[in-house]
Amino acid sequence: MPLLELIGVSKSFGRIAAVEQVSLTVERGEFFALLGPSGCGKTTLLRLVGGFERPDKGRIVIDGEDMTAVPPYARPVNMMFQSYALFPHLDVAANIAFGLRQEGMERGRRLARVEEMLALVQMTGFERRRPHELSGGQRQRIALARALAKMPKLLLLDEPLAALDRKLREETRLELTGIQERLGTTFLVVTHDQQEALGMASRIAVMNQGRVVQVGRPAEIYERPASRFVAEFVGAVNLFEGAVASASGETVLQVPDLPSPLPVPAGTGFQAAAVLAVRPEKIRLRPDRPTGFALPATVCSVGYQGALSVVHLEAGSARRRLSVHLASAAARDLPRGSPVWASWSAEDGVLLTR
Amino acid sequence: MNEIGRLGRAVLIGFPYAWFGLFFLLPLLIVLKIALGRSADAIPPYISPLSWSHGGLAFDPTLANFRDILCGGCMRAYGASLGTAALATVLCLLAGYPIAYAIWRSPPLWRNLLLFLVMLPFWTSFLIRVYAWMAILQPSGLLNRVLLAAGLIEAPVPLLYNGFSLQLGLLYSYLPFMILPIYGSLSQLDEALLEAAADLGARPWRVLAEVVVPLSLPGIGAGALLVFVPAVGEFVIPDLLAGPGNLMIGKLLWAQFFENRDWPEAAAIAVLMVAGLAVPILVAQRVIGRERPA
Repeated sequence: MPLLELIGVSKSFGRIAAVEQVSLTVERGEFFALLGPSGCGKTTLLRLVGGFERPDKGRIVIDGEDMTAVPPYARPVNMMFQSYALFPHLDVAANIAFGLRQEGMERGRRLARVEEMLALVQMTGFERRRPHELSGGQRQRIALARALAKMPKLLLLDEPLAALDRKLREETRLELTGIQERLGTTFLVVTHDQQEALGMASRIAVMNQGRVVQVGRPAEIYERPASRFVAEFVGAVNLFEGAVASASGETVLQVPDLPSPLPVPAGTGFQAAAVLAVRPEKIRLRPDRPTGFALPATVCSVGYQGALSVVHLEAGSARRRLSVHLASAAARDLPRGSPVWASWSAEDGVLLTR
Repeated sequence: MNEIGRLGRAVLIGFPYAWFGLFFLLPLLIVLKIALGRSADAIPPYISPLSWSHGGLAFDPTLANFRDILCGGCMRAYGASLGTAALATVLCLLAGYPIAYAIWRSPPLWRNLLLFLVMLPFWTSFLIRVYAWMAILQPSGLLNRVLLAAGLIEAPVPLLYNGFSLQLGLLYSYLPFMILPIYGSLSQLDEALLEAAADLGARPWRVLAEVVVPLSLPGIGAGALLVFVPAVGEFVIPDLLAGPGNLMIGKLLWAQFFENRDWPEAAAIAVLMVAGLAVPILVAQRVIGRERPA
């Protein structure tokens, strides 16, 4: 039995459909991410699970029980809010104990649980501090401790890392996954950051305009995007629009402004309109023409990013822009304006319908 | 440049102090001077404790006026005033908090309209509004006639000139001063805090008791102060709506000043009232001052 089941859930605000016909299942112990651009409905979906919004249509089943009409205070679910929403009039210990007091846990056990939670987020000794006396990262930990204190079946996290600076975000991401594995609690996290989702989640649902457009493991989402939207939203990508046709016995993608047809994965059928997606790190650059498929191009710019460099190329009659990720060592001998040959293997491209 | 900046700052900081000194401290000192003087058949009707004599400034104060009010019925009036004002503050809080809460929870489009309605009575003269209550409450007034017609009472009930009409008048007049600061306090409250409380298992009334009310304490403190302080010295409402049994310090002060023409004693009553009110103001400021930073 899945822990969370969304069945045909829809929610509109006025005439704007925030969530449309979403069906999803989250298994026990998963670290599940809802990924999408802002306004895609991912936060509304999370709020529907938390009980802060009622769906117009559909059902929400948590651990086998229909929770569609159950108010937030009666759901076996806790949420970590994006703003953390720590109670400013209570100290850290009282914040963490807030939920325990609501369920009438006796004082001794409550205090023990607070200590346990503080140890879990490495904040022992901060019991008497007020939220405004904590740094952003510390508040984030307390918010996590408070949400976990009641040992919910499902923890909802709304953009848990968005308010942290870059270095702290990386550390906290590792800690979050560590805590999730240790406790075995099911996490449902909302994020707009594809790096974050790819790095933390065991499964990802990509959302766009209120709908779930693809569900899969991070590698599936990245390597085998199901649509042009997913390919563009998750990571960088080069897109080629053309027609899949036969040329000298081979199935290829004919792109009008490129001198040579592009290879497509085996088993592709003919299509009048298709899009080939190729990730920047799949493209190889050579100074001389290799055997087989290669595209002549000119180096436009090289953007140094530490270990990696992003090389921008221009190719074809329409001076189409391509981006290529190379190890910085390899990108060093590519002066601007130098001619190169770009190539990739047929299986590295993903053919999408337009 | 720096000099001008420093001067500007001095003017800016000095202005409220100058205002306070000119319009509060100076009048208070003048009243204190009268309170330390002696009543006399003169114009003005007192002998000042400060006088020029033998080419020098002579200071000859008397504490007789303070002694008089401390022993006489005056203290009863003080006590009654404080009690009346305290009750009025509690009633305003009980009525005002739900109203402020309802305005805060209503849709944004309604909020401004409702706030406007709270302030609307200010557009009519305060005196006319109190007179209107007299018309409503008198034995042949609107309320009695409605109650008679509804068969709830058999003869007109005395609604006017008693503690009921006094409290009703105070509640009616001071309610906006309770609602507005509480609403101001509530409107700064982060909605996510309410959701977080509900998420952690708090039922609606516990969210109210454990999150909303504690976080609106600054507004409650400010509202209580805005009602309590003027209600203690209120004169018009007790004069028009209260009965002979409702002794209030404002009425006593007026009587000493205009009926007995005993300026020094009236001044002593006023000085003692200001001193007595400074205590609740300081207490309330402690409560308001505890407001959380950011």
